[in-house]
Amino acid sequence: MDSIVGKKSSLTWAVHISLLILVLLWVFPTAGLLVSSFRTSDQIATSGWWKSFAPSVQNQTLRAAPSNEQKEIDGKFVIEGNLFESGKAAQISAWGVSSREIDVFKPGDIGELRKGGQVTVQANGDYRIEHTEAFTGKRGSRIFITGTQDPEFTMDNYRSVLFDPNNAEGMAKAFFNTLTVTIPATVIPILVAAFAAYALAWMNFPGRALLIACVVGLLVVPLQLALIPLLRFHNDIGIGKGYLGVWMAHTGFGLPLAIYLLRNYMVGLPKDIIENARVDGATEFQIFTKIILPLSFPALASFAIFQFLWTWNDLLVALVFLIDSSGETTVMTKQIVELLGTRGGNWEILATSAFVSIAVPLIVFFAMQRYLVRGLLAGSVK
Amino acid sequence: MHPALQGLLTIILGVGGCVGYFYFSNQFLDKVLFPAKGPNAGKNINRANVIRPWLFLFPALAALGLYLAYPVVETLRMSMMERVPGGEQRFVGLDNYRQMASEPKFWEAIKNNIMWLLIVPALSTAFGLLAAQLSDRVRWGNIAKSLIFMPMAISFVGAAVIWKLVYDTRPVEQDQIGVLNAMYLFFGGSEPNTWLTMPFWNNLFLMIVLVWIQTGFAMVILSAALRGIPEETVEAAVIDGANPFQIFFKIKVPQIKGTIVVVWTTITIVVLKVFDIVFAMTNGQWETQVLANYMYDKLFRANDWGVGSAGAMIIMLLVTPILIWNVYNARQEMN
Repeated sequence: MDSIVGKKSSLTWAVHISLLILVLLWVFPTAGLLVSSFRTSDQIATSGWWKSFAPSVQNQTLRAAPSNEQKEIDGKFVIEGNLFESGKAAQISAWGVSSREIDVFKPGDIGELRKGGQVTVQANGDYRIEHTEAFTGKRGSRIFITGTQDPEFTMDNYRSVLFDPNNAEGMAKAFFNTLTVTIPATVIPILVAAFAAYALAWMNFPGRALLIACVVGLLVVPLQLALIPLLRFHNDIGIGKGYLGVWMAHTGFGLPLAIYLLRNYMVGLPKDIIENARVDGATEFQIFTKIILPLSFPALASFAIFQFLWTWNDLLVALVFLIDSSGETTVMTKQIVELLGTRGGNWEILATSAFVSIAVPLIVFFAMQRYLVRGLLAGSVK
Repeated sequence: MHPALQGLLTIILGVGGCVGYFYFSNQFLDKVLFPAKGPNAGKNINRANVIRPWLFLFPALAALGLYLAYPVVETLRMSMMERVPGGEQRFVGLDNYRQMASEPKFWEAIKNNIMWLLIVPALSTAFGLLAAQLSDRVRWGNIAKSLIFMPMAISFVGAAVIWKLVYDTRPVEQDQIGVLNAMYLFFGGSEPNTWLTMPFWNNLFLMIVLVWIQTGFAMVILSAALRGIPEETVEAAVIDGANPFQIFFKIKVPQIKGTIVVVWTTITIVVLKVFDIVFAMTNGQWETQVLANYMYDKLFRANDWGVGSAGAMIIMLLVTPILIWNVYNARQEMN
């Protein structure tokens, strides 16, 4: 465009800046969840995620070493050490020994313990407690500190959501259940639709135009209508709620788009190839498997991505046709809705669970974006 | 049996079954029923070719009929029935519709759905058009497009979690962890708001989630349409001294009007079916009910199939004009 307009105007800058703002607006919410999933629950609850890259000021309650680590030096009993666990260091700006006065001392000051004895704390967390009598008690003295902590991120949330053997949130199981729903529900409609699409594209028979019109019409029928009639049907034929039902339902609901996409693509294939093959005596079945299917790969890939994203992200169909009262077959979307209800405040669990479920579609999306775009362009009814 | 194993078996059975069906039914047709030899060879080939399309179509037609066409009829029937104790059903005419019309929750859902229908397609298309136009003019446009398109891959439930964090509220004395409240306080708001419980406005906050998801779709389609505009028309406008805004609104937009309508109607259909977002974020409380969630409530919480089906029929009724329009256009195109 610039070459047409002929000169770079201030408008070019406006374009860059407005697009940047738009992109940031669109990325910001997702980034928030991603960053939050790497923070501890304390961090999430006390400061906004956008502050997590800057050092934060925090109050902490830490403990000195217990009395069995005391040493006797020059007639005094001494406990020494560093308050911080390794890797969690902070710069101490103030400290105290009672919960009512948590910041009365500066680093290097000497404070009196209530049980007797003196304590000093340095800025880096080193402390030294001295007393003329031996220390008793199992637990070390409490020391309250106010310190600046470097930005800190953790993988613990992912560990507990995915690999915790107790699997309290049930996400690991739900992940496999989702996968179990998704793969057959993606593969089967492709095959069924491909044959139908070929017939609708390249075979002549009465009623073909009417059938195509029906498929276009069924594209927009809301699947809400299908819930009760089909649930009853599934109960009548004895499959009830379960994987078989959900696979069949996804297949049925995915077919109109599949047939529509594939037919549109197949119609555009070169006529000569197909007619030459017919003249050479190839059967329709051979033409389909040897010529049409390989040539239609881009359209097949487009639909596969759509159907994968749709079944992976689906909640309603799984709720109605899959998840029974035992909850054994729960999928990730349902599990996350459940967590939203019961653990609405536990953002570390929610954020991590949500991101586990989002990650797979995102990978597929970025890897196969080309096919997705192509499918969208072919699939929107013109 | 382990579900994963069951899944694998189903894939094998499903795929194998399909391939087997197509292969053997074709073989049967060609070799047994109408063999292409003997005295009637020519006639048989013709007969086989009359039947073959239906062999190819049968599984798809059966599935479409059972899973989409039959439910429409059955739901219509059920919306005029009432369950009576003992598992029987009784014809009640339009009573379910009458009962539905007497419920304030239904009218709330209708009112909200109309708002969704007006606002979401409009905003998504507008933002999509803006993003398409801007990203075509810069070198990093493809990255920008990818990022704006990305929410398309995120589930409605995932998006609900993402936006719940944005709308989160903490007591006034604590640091806000939701961006919206943090900004609100930063720009001089006095107290953090619980955005999702403010009647009327909370609808807008739910709609933003869908706009965020759908903008990428609108952008992709409209971007392709913008690129398809003949250069000459734009060049002519430049020579005539049109400024960039005039070029955009007077030259480009009129030429992609058809595509804008397509995008608009497609998003309209998504809006009519919107369920997950409301279900996960407010579940229709605080005056945010929409038709799809109202219907789900009736069907599976209140167990009232009659009124639930009537609700579903209302959604179908709203979709029908678009359905007819699509079919009409598709037929025009084929001719």
